[in-house]
Amino acid sequence: MATEQKTAGAAGSAEGSGAAGGRGSGSAGGASPAAPTGPAGPVQPVQPAGPLGPAQPAGPAGPMAPIGPGGPVRLRGAALAIARDWQLYALLVIPMLFLALFKFAPMGGLVLSFKDYKIAKGIWNSDWVGFDVFRAIFSHREFFPALRNTLLLNVLDLLFGFPMPILLALGLNEVRSRWFKSTSQTLLYLPHFLSWVIIGAIAYQIFGQSSGLINNLIEASGGARVPFLQEDAHWLVSYVLIGVWQAMGWGTIIYLAAISSVNPELYEAATVDGAGRLRQCFSVTLPCISSTIVTLLIMNLGRLMGGSFERIYALQNKATTEFTTTIPVLVYRWGIQGNNFSRATALGLFQSVIALILVLASDYAAKRMGEEGLL
Amino acid sequence: MHKYKRSPGSLAANGILYLLLAAVSLTCLLPFVHVLAKSLSQDAYVIANRVILLPKGLTLAAYGKILKDASILRSLYVSVLVTVLFTLLGMFLTICTAYALSRPQLRGRRALTFLCMFTLYFTGGIIPEYIVMSGLGLLETIWAMILPLSFSAYNFLIMKNAIASGIPLSLEESARMDGAGHFRILASIVVPLSKPIIATLSLFYAVGRWNAYQDALFYIKQRVDLRPLQLKLYYLVVQASESFQLEQVQVNLTNPEVLKASCVIFATVPILLVYPFVQKYFVESVMVGAVKG
Repeated sequence: MATEQKTAGAAGSAEGSGAAGGRGSGSAGGASPAAPTGPAGPVQPVQPAGPLGPAQPAGPAGPMAPIGPGGPVRLRGAALAIARDWQLYALLVIPMLFLALFKFAPMGGLVLSFKDYKIAKGIWNSDWVGFDVFRAIFSHREFFPALRNTLLLNVLDLLFGFPMPILLALGLNEVRSRWFKSTSQTLLYLPHFLSWVIIGAIAYQIFGQSSGLINNLIEASGGARVPFLQEDAHWLVSYVLIGVWQAMGWGTIIYLAAISSVNPELYEAATVDGAGRLRQCFSVTLPCISSTIVTLLIMNLGRLMGGSFERIYALQNKATTEFTTTIPVLVYRWGIQGNNFSRATALGLFQSVIALILVLASDYAAKRMGEEGLL
Repeated sequence: MHKYKRSPGSLAANGILYLLLAAVSLTCLLPFVHVLAKSLSQDAYVIANRVILLPKGLTLAAYGKILKDASILRSLYVSVLVTVLFTLLGMFLTICTAYALSRPQLRGRRALTFLCMFTLYFTGGIIPEYIVMSGLGLLETIWAMILPLSFSAYNFLIMKNAIASGIPLSLEESARMDGAGHFRILASIVVPLSKPIIATLSLFYAVGRWNAYQDALFYIKQRVDLRPLQLKLYYLVVQASESFQLEQVQVNLTNPEVLKASCVIFATVPILLVYPFVQKYFVESVMVGAVKG
């Protein structure tokens, strides 16, 4: 994104100041929400063909021209942009409608966090209560366990899930057999394409206590059945392992690409110096992909407050409640199941804000370290 | 590429590496083989826990029951319909937005791009979205599974970059000299030239829609006939892991295990069918997304 915006930097910066400078754009005054009116001055040089570009075919400009009240058509600024590019704006109308309805309207609904929502009164007429809802949440007995679980599950995911793709990619890189490598990759990528419902269903077929495959084998060899998914601590381990399993193959793609761009001369030099394959792996490959590793690590740190509702819901059951209530689950339970919209909205907002702060902080950190960052 | 001394030590290390990788790869395959074997076995063998990787007493009885179950077929129909409409709508929105916002001369493009990208990092959250859906009267309709997620900022970004880097501006300029408007340029230049990325993103949309069940769980509660396959499976197999009978399945259950297994396979087959074709595109697009900068 960054590189591409640089090419259009002039246009971009003009618009950037346009939002603040309310000087309007002369007579035409195009007060369209799609095109913020900017100071007319700096915009002009950007337009390739000058006012009412003679190179433009008459078509688009025609119907828009009479709008300007200033008699003989002299379109400037926003009006000119609209006249010239009305088809582009037309293309954007429906998408922006979707964006407004399904992305930004819900953000407006966040005011519920500061209100005592009564269905009879509606969102706007419900009473403002300041931060009372947040106070109620923070002192709620379910809040801290949910916060703990969210962080715990994500930290465990990071701890065990993060190194796995790196190890796999290093291993796959050492494989010389084309056939073996591509078959492994096909198999390893597969779990990424399956829904959590299917993975959950398969997990119960494999790890279930009464009829799961593993327990059948354990029992057949004389052991006792293990409640892999039906006891809290075991569930936690299974949850993390299944997550690692689901994501490990897919995670290798980026590392394999990074490895493939390592300069082959480095390996040759290392071979001349007598380094074996293991030594090359640690002294050449790993250092060369370390910036990829750091970037991805930082990105993952930014997701510590996230978490997949679908994954937990597909793997939980009634016997394990200790670790399964994370913040998204609690939002669902309070809000959609319990109809306490204010409290659930505030809890969701709490999570979103912390998550956003984490993402911004990790982006900042990545850029400080000279990486691309993610924004 | 590089030559190594084939000492016994390195041969052994090589062997261990292949063994480990094969073992890890097989963990991605064997669970399916097991479930498939179960789904094809006779009840008695499954109850006796004797089915491991090969079916015992081969039978298609469980699949016969599924195919006779009107509610499962109904869910399959809902899933297909929702996925198709969702993908078409999603691609329409993505292409329109990506083309318009990839034009350097568009005023306000930076602000609008920011609006799109902002949704990637901050959302209203589950409850406000639920309230909006409720206010629009979309709860308990298939549109609840089609409209809200149809604009994906991530896919938009990929599409925009593909257009910006893949289609030279000079091509657009010469088309405009010939009197073509943006609609015309989009339809007869940009879309035909972007077929590969359009195919990739369509698959993104379709697979994502097919696999998701969270929004269906939230928005479709009473209308049992509007449950997509994944949600149906959730109620049938996952939630009922301990008590299958809670769900009033129309098929007569002799042993839920075999039926559960065949449900899993039934819902996985569509993905497995397209997997060989989509895999390559997905891998490429991960790279496109990764080097978005």
